[in-house]
Amino acid sequence: MSDHEEHRYDVLIVGAGGAGLRAAIAAREEGLRVAIICKSLFGKAHTVMAEGGIAASMGNVNSNDSWQVHFRDTMRGGKFLNIPRMAELHAQEAPQRVWELETYGALFDRTPDGRISQRNFGGHEYPRLAHVGDRTGLELIRTLQQKIVSLRQAEELAAVGADAAAGGGHETLDDTDAGLRVFAEVTITELLTDGSGAIAGAFGYRRETGTFIVFRAPAVILATGGIGKSFKVTSNSWEYTGDGHALALRAGSTLINMEFVQFHPTGMVWPPSVKGILVTESVRGDGGVLRNSEGKRFMFNYVPEIFRAKYADTEEEGDRWYADPENNLRPPELLPRDEVARAINSEVKAGRGTEHGGVFLDVSTRLPADVIIKKLPSMHHQFYELADVDITKQAMEVGPTCHYVMGGVEVDPDTAAARNVPGLFAAGEVSGGMHGSNRLGGNSLSDLLVFGRRAGVGAAEYVRGLGDSVPEIQDGALDVAANEALAPFQPPADGGIGENPYTIHRELQEVMNDLVGIIRREDEVQRALEAIDALKLRVPGVSVEGHRQFNPGWHLALDLRNMLLVSECVARAALLRQESRGGHTRDDYPGMNSQWRRKLLVCSINDGDAAEPAGITVTEEPSPVIREDLLALFDRSELESYLTADELPADTTASGGAT
Amino acid sequence: MTGVSAPGRARLGVRTLREDRWWLAPLATFVGLFLFVVYATFRAFQGAYYYFEPYLSPFYSPCLTTDCVPGSSDFGQPISWWPLSPALVILIFPLGFRLTCYYYRKAYYRSFWFSPPACAVAEPHRSYTGETRFPLILQNIHRYFWYFAMIFGVILSYDAILGFRNPQGQWGHMGLGTVILLINAALIWLYALSCHSCRHIMGGKLKHFSRHPRRYWMWQQISKLNGRHMLLAWVSLIWLVVADFYITLLAHGTISDLRFF
Amino acid sequence: MSRNAKFRVWRGDAAGGELHDYTVEVNEGEVVLDIIHRLQATQAGDLAVRWNCKAGKCGSCSAEINGRPRLLCMTRMSTFTDDEVITVTPMRSFPVIRDLVTDVSFNYQKARQIPAFAPPPDLAPGEYRMQQVDVERSQEFRKCIECFLCQNVCHVVRDHEENKTAFSGPRFFIRAAELDMHPLDARTDRREFAQAEQGIGMCNITKCCTEVCPEHIKITDNAIIPMKERVVDRKYDPLVWLGNKLFRRGND
Repeated sequence: MSDHEEHRYDVLIVGAGGAGLRAAIAAREEGLRVAIICKSLFGKAHTVMAEGGIAASMGNVNSNDSWQVHFRDTMRGGKFLNIPRMAELHAQEAPQRVWELETYGALFDRTPDGRISQRNFGGHEYPRLAHVGDRTGLELIRTLQQKIVSLRQAEELAAVGADAAAGGGHETLDDTDAGLRVFAEVTITELLTDGSGAIAGAFGYRRETGTFIVFRAPAVILATGGIGKSFKVTSNSWEYTGDGHALALRAGSTLINMEFVQFHPTGMVWPPSVKGILVTESVRGDGGVLRNSEGKRFMFNYVPEIFRAKYADTEEEGDRWYADPENNLRPPELLPRDEVARAINSEVKAGRGTEHGGVFLDVSTRLPADVIIKKLPSMHHQFYELADVDITKQAMEVGPTCHYVMGGVEVDPDTAAARNVPGLFAAGEVSGGMHGSNRLGGNSLSDLLVFGRRAGVGAAEYVRGLGDSVPEIQDGALDVAANEALAPFQPPADGGIGENPYTIHRELQEVMNDLVGIIRREDEVQRALEAIDALKLRVPGVSVEGHRQFNPGWHLALDLRNMLLVSECVARAALLRQESRGGHTRDDYPGMNSQWRRKLLVCSINDGDAAEPAGITVTEEPSPVIREDLLALFDRSELESYLTADELPADTTASGGAT
Repeated sequence: MTGVSAPGRARLGVRTLREDRWWLAPLATFVGLFLFVVYATFRAFQGAYYYFEPYLSPFYSPCLTTDCVPGSSDFGQPISWWPLSPALVILIFPLGFRLTCYYYRKAYYRSFWFSPPACAVAEPHRSYTGETRFPLILQNIHRYFWYFAMIFGVILSYDAILGFRNPQGQWGHMGLGTVILLINAALIWLYALSCHSCRHIMGGKLKHFSRHPRRYWMWQQISKLNGRHMLLAWVSLIWLVVADFYITLLAHGTISDLRFF
Repeated sequence: MSRNAKFRVWRGDAAGGELHDYTVEVNEGEVVLDIIHRLQATQAGDLAVRWNCKAGKCGSCSAEINGRPRLLCMTRMSTFTDDEVITVTPMRSFPVIRDLVTDVSFNYQKARQIPAFAPPPDLAPGEYRMQQVDVERSQEFRKCIECFLCQNVCHVVRDHEENKTAFSGPRFFIRAAELDMHPLDARTDRREFAQAEQGIGMCNITKCCTEVCPEHIKITDNAIIPMKERVVDRKYDPLVWLGNKLFRRGND
């Protein structure tokens, strides 16, 4: 194969969001030569979209907080399906990871005594989220980006001696010699292994030129984020095509918890320019109400029996709650996210939705314009600037939006090593297990930091352990990868015009959104799987115009394979899990079932051929046992609602505070 | 050409693709400043009609040479060797303050020097070194002019207070000229206090506001003024002309002062 | 509610290119990036454009619309009249790669030249104490989304390619100011660096950077001018210099 460049590194990190960058820092500090792959420009990763903050039990605002409390909140949020060791490590190490950011130059908002300020958030017992206004994700990315620069500068300083560098930080180190290098706008299309299945490198292309790039590296850390672009309405960016999930599958690793996809109940559905963008919960908290196309506040019809005593029965009482929460019950617009999302979904399906498939979220008739601007400045600004929607005059159209995937690569909690594939690691949204069936707000950024670092250290240990026996790429693998990447440029065999990748993408998004979205039913998921199978057969016929230089049609054509594979995982796992838990709601199995808590659904790839492309096999495996000392952090009565009788710890009345 | 048509950049073949009236702001600035310069030059060299009991034109304050008309020198007449208009002795200070002011720099770099004429409109110059060389490196002495501006603020305030006399020199009187000079002094203060150098000196230079609460408070107040520096620069400039022109008309005998009491 | 709009989009690469005319459907509430995407999906599948978040938070979709540097995702179609021809070109200060995509590596090189935050040697992680009022100024500059529109509009490099070596541009002046104002940064030579290595003296404060900033950072008033004044403290003000020598001021 000609027309390509080659690079050799100790560790290749695919993805330059929070997890990837933190992994790079850790691996570089371990002395390894590290390459970072960004699908877009350096510093543009989707992490910048995170607003709320980083959850870490530093106890700066409430000193009662501790890792145990954080662990407990995380397990409750995930409905006990979390890999307990991951939740434990996450809660224990998050504070140290946040404090570290300050030594890199991060500037969090402060408490009056000068510590990092922490804010309340849904599901967290104490104020816990370190934040910078509503742009915490940007701060995290920029901080890590600048730390990477500083590692590079330290290397230059060491290379040229302190004297020469004292005058200024002018670049003196050649890119190819640097121990840490960022490859911006490169997409990895395939992981490459040696004969035994161990990681030996990766194959990709430069977006700018379309030329191929080969990395020889014994360790690869996947940090590619999520899969939201498989859904029509999503808060995720174009990069979120499930690349890491698919790369891991094709390399022989496994995914867990793929049925759990978090939908936020209120994302914009119209106008198209803001489709999927989140509408913060505080719109409802401050008085915004949900109405259907008939103008009716439908949430009063959707209060489940278990919540009936806690929510208002009439609009009058609900309205009084805003001013006097002590003596009134709260309006049902403030039910938990999944309840609200389900209700919106039902209204739309019953034909009472808006023209564009949502419902109305209205503050304009509820509050005076100046109060709206004062209480919801960022929302007002966001809609005014982005969408030409004045929320003081118009109602917003909202509907559930795909936000986060809890599932991902099955990893060893301590080292982030992926199952089955030596040398493969995963951290961040692309890894699975940490959040169980549902992620708490704020736990994502801390997840990136904790497991990003662990992946970097884990990869370093693995590489050191290899010694001189570094796995090498199998003969012929590069040609196979190159041919596959160029396939979309082949004119269709029948001489026709070929499939448009944008069309297939749109159809996939519609299938996933409509049939494997927030509410699922067996027959619908079945139909989705049939549709996915049909789409898979059409992908080989995709053909793109133009040449290889920065050609978005070609890029999409290659990403389609990943999206289809990952979508199949979601659909197959969703079909199997016959219960409703966290980010997986089955209309036909509405309750949570503690027998199902004991099962993980594990996706792996099966071989395909020309007639039948590779598909997904899902197997049931037992979920890990929660250690006794961790179980002891919960009241027995609480455990009883999650665990089966034989999993419960021995009932010694002394230990159960709640009995 | 090395700019927007430098090799490698997208070849568009035009200086700008802006179709809005981007030339309007620099043109207006040019006309405004040009008219001021013409008027001020004429008045500064004229050496007459700048004093009408009890009002002294701000162009001539303080009047320090032996040529000054009787009554106009509140600080004596220490300068006897100056052959030209007394205004020319002192105008260097307010002129220097405005010339090195961060706002006026922007204004005349854009409107007089086209560097650049407007955002995303290519400038006509072959090379550019900014404020790194003589003479423009002297813009860095802005803060010294600001120190003098403070002194002029005091002097112009003093002039305004003297305006509470009648033409016979008795206190307790007031006319339209008094009001004009009071407004002039106030505008000069506001313009000088809203200066970027002032903002720096008062507190902007600090690294830890929390250790200097009073200076932080001052910095906050001056920051508010600083947000209107452009407005104050123009209003105070126009009002200088108003004040001077009013006194000229009085001194000329064209109009008479409107006395209140 | 949909209408047809006339677009002129620059297509080409470093070797040359031209404005192509398109007539394309526009719906209510759309932004220019939506229209570019519609062109991709229907008329020009290989039209190159950078974008990520589509919410004004990542700073990827920088370009020039009717000659003005803008984010494509933050420019609403409703700001144009129905019969207006909308011209979209790549940023004009950077080498073009293809269509609307430019090579912005200049900015990443400049970023690498600024000495990073220097942590105070006597404080362990978790021991940092900073007051809100002391971090707020630097926080304003950390809002920067690195869209590089300020770098693009700045005439110092836009109109003078040769200045790119000596001038690091507004984005990195706010970085310099951010670090110089950081309450715990241990370096003391940021001002000298800003003057000698970043070329802050080349800025003639004509404020176009501030005008185009989508984050509304007051680049000129809050970063460049304060940094210029701080340079004056060190380089051009003998009074301050003498004061520092005589009284050996503490860390203020």
